[in-house]
Amino acid sequence: MAIELKNVTKQVGAETHVYETNLSFDKGGFNVLLGTTLSGKTTLLRLMAGLERPSTGEVWFDGKDVTGVPVQRRGVSMVYQQFINYPNFTVFDNIASPLRVAGESKGRIRQRVEKISKLLKLTPLLERLPSELSGGQQQRTALARALVKNAPLVLLDEPLANLDYKLREELRDELPRLFMDTGATVVYATSEPLEALMLGGYTATLHQGRVTQYGPTPMIYRKPNNLLSARVFSAPPINTATIQKEGSTFRLTDSATWPAPAALRQLKNGPYTIGIRPHHISVESHGAGAVSINGIVQIAEISGSESIIHFHIEDNSWISECRGIHPYKVGESARLYLDVSRCFYFNPDGELIAHPGAADG
Amino acid sequence: MNKTANSKAWLFVIPMVVLVAFNALIPLMTVVNYSVQETFGDNVFFWEGMKWFEQVLRSDRFHESFLRQFAFTGMILLIEIPLGILVALSMPRKGPWVSVCLVLMALPLLIPWNVVGAMWNIFALPDTGLLGRMINGLGIQYNFTQGPVAAWATTVVMDVWHWTSLVVLLAYAGLCSIPEAYYQAAKIDGASAWAVFRHIQLPKMKRVLTIAILLRFMDSFMIYTEPFVLTGGGPGNTTTFLSIDLVKIALGQFDLGPAAAMSLIYFLIVLLVCWIFYTLMMRGEAK
Amino acid sequence: MAEIKLRQVRHSYSRDHRKEEDWALKELNAVWQDGTAYALLGPSGCGKTTLLNIISGLITPTEGRVLFDDRDVTDTPTGERHIAQVFQFPVVYDTMTVYDNLAFPLRNRGMDSARVSARVGEISRMLDLESMLSQKAYGLTADGKQKISLGRGLVREDVNIIMFDEPLTVIDPHLKWQLRSKLKELHQRVGVTMIYVTHDQTEALTFADQVVVIYEGTVVQVGTPVELFEQPQHTFVGHFIGSPGMNLLPCSAADGATLFSGIPVQTTNAHKLKTNGRRMELGIRPEFIRFDNSGFDVEIVKVDDLGRYQLVETRRAENTIKMILAEGTPIPAENPRIAFDPKHTWLYADGWAVS
Repeated sequence: MAIELKNVTKQVGAETHVYETNLSFDKGGFNVLLGTTLSGKTTLLRLMAGLERPSTGEVWFDGKDVTGVPVQRRGVSMVYQQFINYPNFTVFDNIASPLRVAGESKGRIRQRVEKISKLLKLTPLLERLPSELSGGQQQRTALARALVKNAPLVLLDEPLANLDYKLREELRDELPRLFMDTGATVVYATSEPLEALMLGGYTATLHQGRVTQYGPTPMIYRKPNNLLSARVFSAPPINTATIQKEGSTFRLTDSATWPAPAALRQLKNGPYTIGIRPHHISVESHGAGAVSINGIVQIAEISGSESIIHFHIEDNSWISECRGIHPYKVGESARLYLDVSRCFYFNPDGELIAHPGAADG
Repeated sequence: MNKTANSKAWLFVIPMVVLVAFNALIPLMTVVNYSVQETFGDNVFFWEGMKWFEQVLRSDRFHESFLRQFAFTGMILLIEIPLGILVALSMPRKGPWVSVCLVLMALPLLIPWNVVGAMWNIFALPDTGLLGRMINGLGIQYNFTQGPVAAWATTVVMDVWHWTSLVVLLAYAGLCSIPEAYYQAAKIDGASAWAVFRHIQLPKMKRVLTIAILLRFMDSFMIYTEPFVLTGGGPGNTTTFLSIDLVKIALGQFDLGPAAAMSLIYFLIVLLVCWIFYTLMMRGEAK
Repeated sequence: MAEIKLRQVRHSYSRDHRKEEDWALKELNAVWQDGTAYALLGPSGCGKTTLLNIISGLITPTEGRVLFDDRDVTDTPTGERHIAQVFQFPVVYDTMTVYDNLAFPLRNRGMDSARVSARVGEISRMLDLESMLSQKAYGLTADGKQKISLGRGLVREDVNIIMFDEPLTVIDPHLKWQLRSKLKELHQRVGVTMIYVTHDQTEALTFADQVVVIYEGTVVQVGTPVELFEQPQHTFVGHFIGSPGMNLLPCSAADGATLFSGIPVQTTNAHKLKTNGRRMELGIRPEFIRFDNSGFDVEIVKVDDLGRYQLVETRRAENTIKMILAEGTPIPAENPRIAFDPKHTWLYADGWAVS
């Protein structure tokens, strides 16, 4: 079902949880709400579900105003971060519960439940109680219950956040496939940018109750419309610094300057902000066009095959993520190379001027 | 969570409203009616306004019962709350003895109140009661039907025996909700048992204790059955607490006006204290 | 300072422990060097928290002895072991200020107030808590409270080992970065032995000098993050570390040659094979597979652009093979062929690397 939020806000007491929001999700799409905690993701999900009424604005499903419709009649399934299951029902009864409420025949129920449990690998556990299951199995049961209802709208609120790292990876792979076949519209809230990238579809970046950008996920990643969106959609955090434009060069420090790309040469001289992702700063130069900088290393973390180097340059705390093992000591000085062809340029208000690829001259 | 309007829900509520109206609201209104009028029977009423209220508030008898009541409630709270906490602290939180302790604690609460009064009456009789005989045997002059100190002491002990379990159970529930990690951290920090109590257990029990204090205050302030069965309000009027006095005036002397006025004053005092507690509790939670 | 020795330590939570499954921690012998940062890495329920609590003294092991610097501490209570522990959920004394929280362990041990003040000042500076010393601990954010928990451990001068039980669980993802690197920085500055329990391989690999991988109560491998990444001794290590983990492909081995799906594959250790196990597998990490026309053909199922790298899922016969390629690497449109790096291809028999 196609969902539209029109001028929706939500105030609780003196606090505004959601500022004026206009969002439109196509039928059958996979949509990600990406933002840190308290950015409004959960509130938006609850507004879509009908668990909360918007303070102003309307919620429309398939061209009909459903703002006043209670949640039981909206045709919605929801999966939560805490594995919510009926503690006294077996896995089978848990999955069957929405079908029983809808009054389906026993035969149909059995058929549907068995099909879904096969999909989610729950078949050997059907007679167990939730307390006898592991975290991953409990969450799978909750997912199965959401799927079996075949609701046209499925809402997931950080469903993998309480799971082990590895389990998260496995379920993350399965999720888009699971919902694709049902044709349901999925809205998935998360605070991990990597999850958004892996799930694909469309992403809306949220910051403190406002949607800063919405569009196809790879596009949001590669072309954030402003500094806030860029910050939300990066882990490790994107490196930013103020640079000066002087004539036809940009200057970061006295020794780190580079020629302005053709598309930006007409800009006024003055301060701008660059954003550069950690994996575009490296200990090894990638060739001509690399700008070298000297940083004071705060800490170097080694992970398997890569090094994550936290360092200071001018007043900025930056992070470099590069291949190879580089065990710098605290306080050591390091020479690092920026790939400036991958920089984002923002004006002093934080609006995007140029993203990598568009700025090439 | 904002609930959406549901008119069918009102149908469920109406029978309850009728019942409550019949059992509580209408009698309450009757009392208010009596408190501002004078009657000599035969349903003839004379408007008196605030006369009864003034009379009650100025009467020495009311002041005395009121003070007696406050003293009693004060003593009860001072004994039962710390004692309840102490017992809860010593109860095991894991293992086979947990259920045994919980059952033992629950037993006094299950006994009907007039039976409690009767039990202690017999138990404390100076010549034939087990306790009475024992105390007199130790050389202490003890007779709760004649000595005011003995009467007070017996009433207080009876109430402590009857109601401390409630505080124990509530405090125990509060203690059980403290995660193990806090105790482990305290062990690592080298904290003494007193420090653990003061900095971890007591703060975490705050909400539960507020409820316990509120409940005990209300119940002991309105106490009627047990002291009435035990001492009848005597010797003289030394254990005549507010509700006992009220009943004496209303039913004994049939002074409905003053009795009604006293009821209302009584009711308002309890309401005021509850409101204070509620506000404090809500303010504590809002922080 | 303390070197930790565990001798034949085993632990079971149930009274009657006759079956193998009853043992939460199976027999463990280990020596852990003083001053090193260790990570205990494994999935939920693998026994890592049990091991941590045995070292800190919150649990007495069913069998075995624990020694600190050759001193048997198995029966020594926690408060006397000179250890500190940071728990999953921040444990702070709500009614006290930040200053009093940090001073608490020192005051309990009778330190005079001048020294307490100096110590608390030093530690709060290290943890960026100086500006909040007079605030009530109750009002701090989750990461602030965890810092207080950590501070209470650091502030004591007699602490030899600091233990962390999944400390970043309740921290916001974007603050996890900061707190993690702060922990590493602290370790380099203070030099105390640190043991960090986690199920998150990124946390383990970035924090630790040595990682102890635990699976179903057994230590499967101990090594530096690089060793675990490049030379996994057990398929579990290969699978658990790395995102995504190692590709494990069924294969057959005979006379020093290994065959996967009919294709001969070179490995680092096939020549050491003496007898075949019941289950023979080939392990290769996605990072070490390239598109190469001299390799074997596969079918490309999916390509995910994850910013920093591309994740390519391929199939051959019934096997899924995942590859990680750098940003911008071209993907062949027709007849894709891949090759494994022989230096990073391993042969496993029944889960263990052939050696």
